[in-house]
Amino acid sequence: MALLELKNVHTYYGNIHALKGVSFSVEKGEIVTLIGANGAGKSTTLRTISGLLTPRQGEIWFEGQRIDRLPPHEIVARGVLQSPEGRRIFPRLTVRENLEMGAYQRKDKEGIAQDMERVFALFPRLKERLNQKGGTLSGGEQQMLAIGRALMGRPRVLLLDEPSMGLAPVLVEQIFDIIREINQQGTTILLVEQNARLALSIAHRGYVLETGRIVLSGTGQELANNPQVKAAYLGEH
Amino acid sequence: MAVAAIPTPIVRRTLRMTLASVFGPLGQVFLFVVGSAVVLSVVTVLIAVLLRGTRTDVDLVQATLVILPQVLIDGLVRGFLFATIALGYTMVYGVLEFINFAHGEIFMVGAFAGAAFGSVLASSGVLSALPVPLYVVVAVLVGMAVSGLLAVSIERVAYRPLRGAPRLVPLISAIGVSLLLQDAVRLIANLSGLGFNARFQTPNFGPPIRLAEIPVSPDRAIPLILDVRALTFIIAAILMLIGLNYLVNATKLGTAIRAVAQDRPTASLMGINVNQIIALTFLIGGALGGAAGVLFGIRVGTVNPYVGFLPGLKAFTAAVLGGIGNIPGAMVGGIVLGFLEAFVASYLSLMTAGAFSGASYADIVAFGILILILIFKPSGLLGEAVSQKV
Repeated sequence: MALLELKNVHTYYGNIHALKGVSFSVEKGEIVTLIGANGAGKSTTLRTISGLLTPRQGEIWFEGQRIDRLPPHEIVARGVLQSPEGRRIFPRLTVRENLEMGAYQRKDKEGIAQDMERVFALFPRLKERLNQKGGTLSGGEQQMLAIGRALMGRPRVLLLDEPSMGLAPVLVEQIFDIIREINQQGTTILLVEQNARLALSIAHRGYVLETGRIVLSGTGQELANNPQVKAAYLGEH
Repeated sequence: MAVAAIPTPIVRRTLRMTLASVFGPLGQVFLFVVGSAVVLSVVTVLIAVLLRGTRTDVDLVQATLVILPQVLIDGLVRGFLFATIALGYTMVYGVLEFINFAHGEIFMVGAFAGAAFGSVLASSGVLSALPVPLYVVVAVLVGMAVSGLLAVSIERVAYRPLRGAPRLVPLISAIGVSLLLQDAVRLIANLSGLGFNARFQTPNFGPPIRLAEIPVSPDRAIPLILDVRALTFIIAAILMLIGLNYLVNATKLGTAIRAVAQDRPTASLMGINVNQIIALTFLIGGALGGAAGVLFGIRVGTVNPYVGFLPGLKAFTAAVLGGIGNIPGAMVGGIVLGFLEAFVASYLSLMTAGAFSGASYADIVAFGILILILIFKPSGLLGEAVSQKV
């Protein structure tokens, strides 16, 4: 049984039909990536999984239970955490408070403290900025904080929306190394990216999304070598 | 990766950090209080010196100085009244970007709850036997409970169903709730025998405290007095502000309130139950308003169903003055407005030889400030924290 599974999910923004029957699955321990152009529905898919949007049709299953009618906080309670597009850190909370909000539903103080240390081990910069307001961080630091904040909820699956957006290439490499490391420590990851080359290089499997539909799927390697993907997303001819 | 077996101290909040996060913002408020008191006093005395020649009947400077301490105390009481009500406006605005225009009536209901509590105690004969501090604590708690629960119910019934509607719709709903509460309380007060002008019965607070004697001439001295009710108001308000700062700045729930205020969808992605936090915000704001109502009732002695209207509008002005949505801003705005009003109410008549007399001019000043702030600095005194949401 897949850890996370979408079955024929249709999501609308008002009258706009954004997801037109999306189906895919994520197995435990994998990095799965959704690639696609702007407006293909990648972020909509993640927002639907997290419960910010409710699908009009279709089902979302997580660990054998349907989650597509639950409010966002109950989906988080089951272990689905998201680092949203545009980072969305709380600008007037300190780095520490941002991290504490990631662990909002947890009561185990010792475990929270350990996870905060784990986040600092992954992102030492955050420890230096601990009592600074989130809004004063650089873009790269904010991305680290957004990922670290989601990790504080001990995700069973971590949804990452465009972690490379707006970052310098060196930083992007660094963030992706850390994403791989987080996965190797045992966290399942669903990664949404416009930077298809990089995403496919670390993903076990991937799906290509085009105007609200999955049009291709395969292992990261297969997709990276697929002529259509090369032409459309990797800038090769 | 090595995970530290024992978390290093940096991860834990220390007592020092908690104290800093509670008293840091209060320190800012305190500076504004002292600053505005000093500035207003100096300006008033300067005006008195300039106008000295216009009056032959009294020595303006001496008259100004003699009543100055009393004016400051009066300003502080008015200021804390506005501040405690303004917090309700600003907290709700922070999480919903919506002005709860029924908040003045929540304050009024708190005052009536206090009046009803006093009347029940009086009819059973225990009121006069109660020690004053115990009475104050219990009466304030009654007001807080009634108004807090009322605010939560209003949110649930009149605002939450309109969450996705255009901004004008919940505003109109709030005005409807406000009128409904005024007349409902009027009806209940009349039916229950409290009456339209309900007497606010309290145990005897005793004579005012004489702080000092100010000698004005060799044979005459004016006493500087502090009304025990005013002192009660000031102490209670300070305790509530400390409590609120602790709750908002040093607890997880308070951090969640701030997170919801900054970015509601992202807060829900953290697992925060946004509806619960919004209800909590109404509970806290309503409880503060109810406490203010009871303290107001204790101070003025009678309350009527329309008693929430003017303080409500002025507290809204205070919230705008401090920067709507900003919690320290509401406290600062309230106290600055309170001082301004007290100075205008006490000195305008004196300085103009009675040409402008009466406390109504204080209202003109208050609402004049509202208009000026909205035109020239809509973000308010502590405005930097009111940034546009992305």
